[in-house]
Amino acid sequence: MTNKTVLHAKHLASGAKMVDFYGWEMPINYGSQIEEHHAVRQHAGMFDVSHMTIVDIQGSDAKAFLRHLVINDVAKLTVAGKALYTGMLNEEGGVIDDLIIYFFSDTNYRLVVNSATREKDLAWMNKQANGFELTITERPEFGMIAVQGPEAKAKVAQLLTAEQLVAVEGMKPFFGVQVGDLFIATTGYTGEDGYEIIVPESAAEDFWQKLLAVGVTPCGLGARDTLRLEAGMNLYGLDMDETVSPLAANMAWTISWEPSERNFIGRDVLTAQKAAGTQAKLVGLVLTEKGVLRAHQVVITEFGKGEITSGTFSPTLGHSVALARVPRSVKVGDIVEVEMRKKLVKVQVTKPSFVRNGKKVF
Amino acid sequence: MSNIPSELKYATSHEWVRNEGNGIITVGITEHAQDLLGDMVFVELPDVGDNVSTGDDICVAESVKAASDIYAPVTGEIIEVNEELEDSPELVNSDAFGGGWLFKMKMEDAGELESLLDAKGYANSIDQD
Repeated sequence: MTNKTVLHAKHLASGAKMVDFYGWEMPINYGSQIEEHHAVRQHAGMFDVSHMTIVDIQGSDAKAFLRHLVINDVAKLTVAGKALYTGMLNEEGGVIDDLIIYFFSDTNYRLVVNSATREKDLAWMNKQANGFELTITERPEFGMIAVQGPEAKAKVAQLLTAEQLVAVEGMKPFFGVQVGDLFIATTGYTGEDGYEIIVPESAAEDFWQKLLAVGVTPCGLGARDTLRLEAGMNLYGLDMDETVSPLAANMAWTISWEPSERNFIGRDVLTAQKAAGTQAKLVGLVLTEKGVLRAHQVVITEFGKGEITSGTFSPTLGHSVALARVPRSVKVGDIVEVEMRKKLVKVQVTKPSFVRNGKKVF
Repeated sequence: MSNIPSELKYATSHEWVRNEGNGIITVGITEHAQDLLGDMVFVELPDVGDNVSTGDDICVAESVKAASDIYAPVTGEIIEVNEELEDSPELVNSDAFGGGWLFKMKMEDAGELESLLDAKGYANSIDQD
């Protein structure tokens, strides 16, 4: 049984090539994923992300529950609308999923988790919620549209009410606000300015059509992947999964170690891993000659082998980039080798981030 | 359904072959193949002067999505390659049967063309994929 988002007919109307994405029929491109990529880096593009899972957590124990459930500390969130990126671990310290948490109050949070991991995420949350006073409510009755690019906010502004315009005026990155029938957040998965907008299903098609009318380019999963990889953002299932520690997935920055008495799931394992210092790490790789680095290619370093977790051609840079998990002793600036199509090619190790706001950052 | 010109010959591995006369052929990949691969980013061409045999992997078309080997449709010598693809690999997407050609060959045995598929045979082979 294939799921279709509320915008399915809109994709077909724009000539989308549709593919199966973990049970959802989604647009991979509308002709050229490279042109869509450039539209986001240079102007404004939009993605249907309605397949993603929205979960509201409400109740007197919501805060205490989330402080236990995820590796970042929601106690850091004190301003209504502020969001946090973090990971949810199993008892062995592996990443069940990465997610964004929006704070509305100590008793009211909204989580956005991956669609591919929806069932296990909900099962895990429900299991962990035992003993906490709260409700876990999936919100499938919404569509979600990410509008991204240097012109994204100005394009969206043309569609907002006076009240909505006031609400988003000067909104800092990683905030969300519900105003009228839209939840508008300054988040994204491209490394560009823009919004992710949650819209009631009944209004989603109309909103998409209006975005088209003001010149926002529809973009598929293909461009979404090259954009997020250039931005050095992890993709669950490739760059990390349940067998991978957040320390080995460039997610250490999403862990709150303080206060030390906060007992989040996986803490003991992570503490031991950190002390041992033997976890691999996620780095960037850059290949400036011909060829494209691909997931699962073997990386050979003087400290041992590693593996590419995601690789692609970077349309912005004009050459290939990749994220790779390598031994911790490998350093930024090192030259390592990748086994590509039966030969070894030299690549440069960088920080795992390549492009932000249209510019090269390594 | 993608375009399959009737004047060309085809290999099941999605190469097209145009008979230019005098034992010379031009080779590219079909519109169907470029559609499967998506946006092309590099094309690694053979060297002029290479002697190749039918079925040799002699060329790599690399798209954002995947790298795909391209095979010699017949035995012979590479006599010209499409250098435009160095800077404009997207020609393979936008003009698969024209400006996106890959290389030209001098056939060792012109009779080998007969063993390739015609447009109808290629259309059938796609349907079976």
